[in-house]
Amino acid sequence: MESIELLLQGFGGALTPANLMWVLLGCLLGTAVGVLPGLGSSMAVALLLPMTFALDPTAAFIMFAGVYFGGLFGDSTMAILMNTPGQASAIASTFEGHRMAKDGRAAQALATAAIGAFIGGMTAAVVVVFLAPQLAAWSANFGSAEFFALALFAFVATSSVVSDSAVKGLASLVLGLGIATVGIDATSGTERGTLGVPEMFDGISLVTVTVAVLALGEVFHMAARIRRDPHAVAMRPSGRPWLSGAEFREAAPAWARGTAIGLPFGVIPVGGAEVPTFMAYDLERRLDRRRARPTFGRGSIRGLAAPEAAGNATTGTAMGALLALGLPVSATAAIMLAAFRQYGLQPGPLLFDRAPDLVWSLLASFFVAMVVLLIINLPFARIWAKLLLIPPPYLYAGITMFCGLGVYATSGSRFDLFMLLGIGIVGFVLRRHGVPLAPLMIGMVLGPLAETSLRDALLSSNGDYSVLVGSWITLLLYGVLLLVVLLTVRSKIVSRTRKDV
Amino acid sequence: MIVYGLVAALIVGWALTASVRSAHSGQDLRANLTLIAPAGAGGGWDTFTRELQAAMRAQKVVNNAQVVNIPGAGGTIGLGKYSTMDGQADTLLTSGTVMVGAIALNDSPVTLEDVRPIARISEEYDVIVVPADSPYQSIDDLVADWTQDPKAFPWTGGSAGGLDHLIVADLALKNDIGPDEVTYIPKSGGAEAIQVLTSGGARAAVSGYNEFADQIEAGRMRGLAIVSPEPVEGIDMPTLVDQGYDVAMTNWRGLLAPAGITDEQFAELEEIVAETVQTPEWKDAMERNKWADVFLVGPELEDFLVEDTATIEALVEELGL
Repeated sequence: MESIELLLQGFGGALTPANLMWVLLGCLLGTAVGVLPGLGSSMAVALLLPMTFALDPTAAFIMFAGVYFGGLFGDSTMAILMNTPGQASAIASTFEGHRMAKDGRAAQALATAAIGAFIGGMTAAVVVVFLAPQLAAWSANFGSAEFFALALFAFVATSSVVSDSAVKGLASLVLGLGIATVGIDATSGTERGTLGVPEMFDGISLVTVTVAVLALGEVFHMAARIRRDPHAVAMRPSGRPWLSGAEFREAAPAWARGTAIGLPFGVIPVGGAEVPTFMAYDLERRLDRRRARPTFGRGSIRGLAAPEAAGNATTGTAMGALLALGLPVSATAAIMLAAFRQYGLQPGPLLFDRAPDLVWSLLASFFVAMVVLLIINLPFARIWAKLLLIPPPYLYAGITMFCGLGVYATSGSRFDLFMLLGIGIVGFVLRRHGVPLAPLMIGMVLGPLAETSLRDALLSSNGDYSVLVGSWITLLLYGVLLLVVLLTVRSKIVSRTRKDV
Repeated sequence: MIVYGLVAALIVGWALTASVRSAHSGQDLRANLTLIAPAGAGGGWDTFTRELQAAMRAQKVVNNAQVVNIPGAGGTIGLGKYSTMDGQADTLLTSGTVMVGAIALNDSPVTLEDVRPIARISEEYDVIVVPADSPYQSIDDLVADWTQDPKAFPWTGGSAGGLDHLIVADLALKNDIGPDEVTYIPKSGGAEAIQVLTSGGARAAVSGYNEFADQIEAGRMRGLAIVSPEPVEGIDMPTLVDQGYDVAMTNWRGLLAPAGITDEQFAELEEIVAETVQTPEWKDAMERNKWADVFLVGPELEDFLVEDTATIEALVEELGL
């Protein structure tokens, strides 16, 4: 129980008035950039990087941790209210969250998201504190073949978002896979679909596509419909600001399941928290269909609670992976890695020995940040919900501006703005024709993972395909995959009528 | 109306002072200088540029130094934009091996000949590492095994066509292995390469020493050789050259000035850079980041660039990229 003692010392370091102020500042800033579409916590940390020249390491990292987690609390706010996720990890929250808001339950949805993020993050922080060294050993089991199995598994495990209309869903998925291949191919150095434009050599970023398709697409959609069906826009937030006991009981198991799905993903570098959020959403949806009164499609509280918890659980353990392994699992973690180097520190197996004060204060600040964020976000749920009272023309004009600002601020390139506009129009057309947008995002997230891991695995084995089933992890994943597919087929045959309402 | 008038007066006044300020800065390079890092925040170029900025500010070499990031395509996007800034002496661009490589790799229409190099400032060295449980104790062991069946010997390191990849290709050529026989798994950074190596996906990895330093010290990896012209103080590893393999490409970084500036302006910029690298802040930054001082200016720099470009172009060509 040495960890507890060290953690208590860490709290001693984190709870000084100055450090508390940095946590608070970081949390506020993170929430703000999380709320605004296109501005992510990775950009906020990047902009704050020069602060490392002025602050002592503990203060700087505590602030960064605040920004990091703040972004995750904030990103679901606009996802729920406006159907415009702040960052990719909130995409899954738009599906049921926005429906809840449309249903007049905006404040409850925001509270569900905040509590979900809190539970996921707290659990992750506990796991990191007690299991950080074991995480290191566990991640060494994951090679390219395992990643490929995981990507395939995730494709199937998120397939329910496709199944509403198989043709349209698959079309959307293929489009996402296609967008993801643009750029210089990492394995061979060949240009793919760049049209010889240097700005496309690095590919089209997930942030641009998320903002364009979901946020800007929503704006265009609203603009196209605003004079025709004004009633669809007017959502009156209900007066009750807090979750009822029944709602709480309904969301609780979903929070737990989401957390359980999210935790392991933080350690394996599959790129961000998007994959587990989709998987958690999918699981809830499948469970929901078995219930007597399915709620998905009408604003299911479980469909929001699970991905929120999963997203934050992943991000929390990802921080552990950064500290214990030096593995930057997400974009934000990669920039924090750079910040560590500014101080001459190298995250990895030796960091816990070399800078224990810093590490334990930082871990303690995770807990502080979670509590601060819950305190900030719960009362604000009601105020945020009031945003919906702003007349739509102003509201959506504001969103458009922030979309452009967010994308432009990342690289300061006008080309990206035209790209945003172009993809936004594509997103609008897709929406008008009832093509689901979630498969597009899933394709963009999972496509590159599946592709590079398959090619890397085959490179390692010199073209021998047996490497793909060469370890117990791959066998386990394929086994579960087979089981899921069989169960799905069986349930389709047994009952072809069960559908969402 | 009064409010509007007031706002208008404020804006006009602000614009006037701003324009006067910027006109002034054109004449005095030591008042305002913009450094462009042609990469995103957090990377090697960004760190290098921000450390320079901090050193310039701290010792008042330049009163107001700013950093602007123009990321993309190995720095060639930044270079492309920079090449249009003819005569803007108050803007400098960070450059280095990665950019020379990216120019060759992307067949960039803009090259280092379209700008005026000021100085090579620092350099970082790659190391060749194997997992701790690997049978290879020296680079000779590794090469002996590699030449047996090159295709079945996967390497890992940074991006395709980058310095790490070129080092592997150069080492292959020096051992009569065709570059097309090299199996190389490119990763976006050292941390990912570590993951590939420890999970058994590759037999050896090449990347910057900083990426692997802790892993070596923690006993998870063994360093077989450092890729540098001379042995490096503080790094207990023989060079490839000393072990009989003539491969010594390094990851240098430096600054470029735009074309179309006067010789006086160029001399002033050279002076500013020379002063900056003498500051204690910069020396401390070099120490912290484990960069080696390889300050080079003037005709020697031009010769170096011609040579470096030729070597890299030839290797990229050999790799068929």
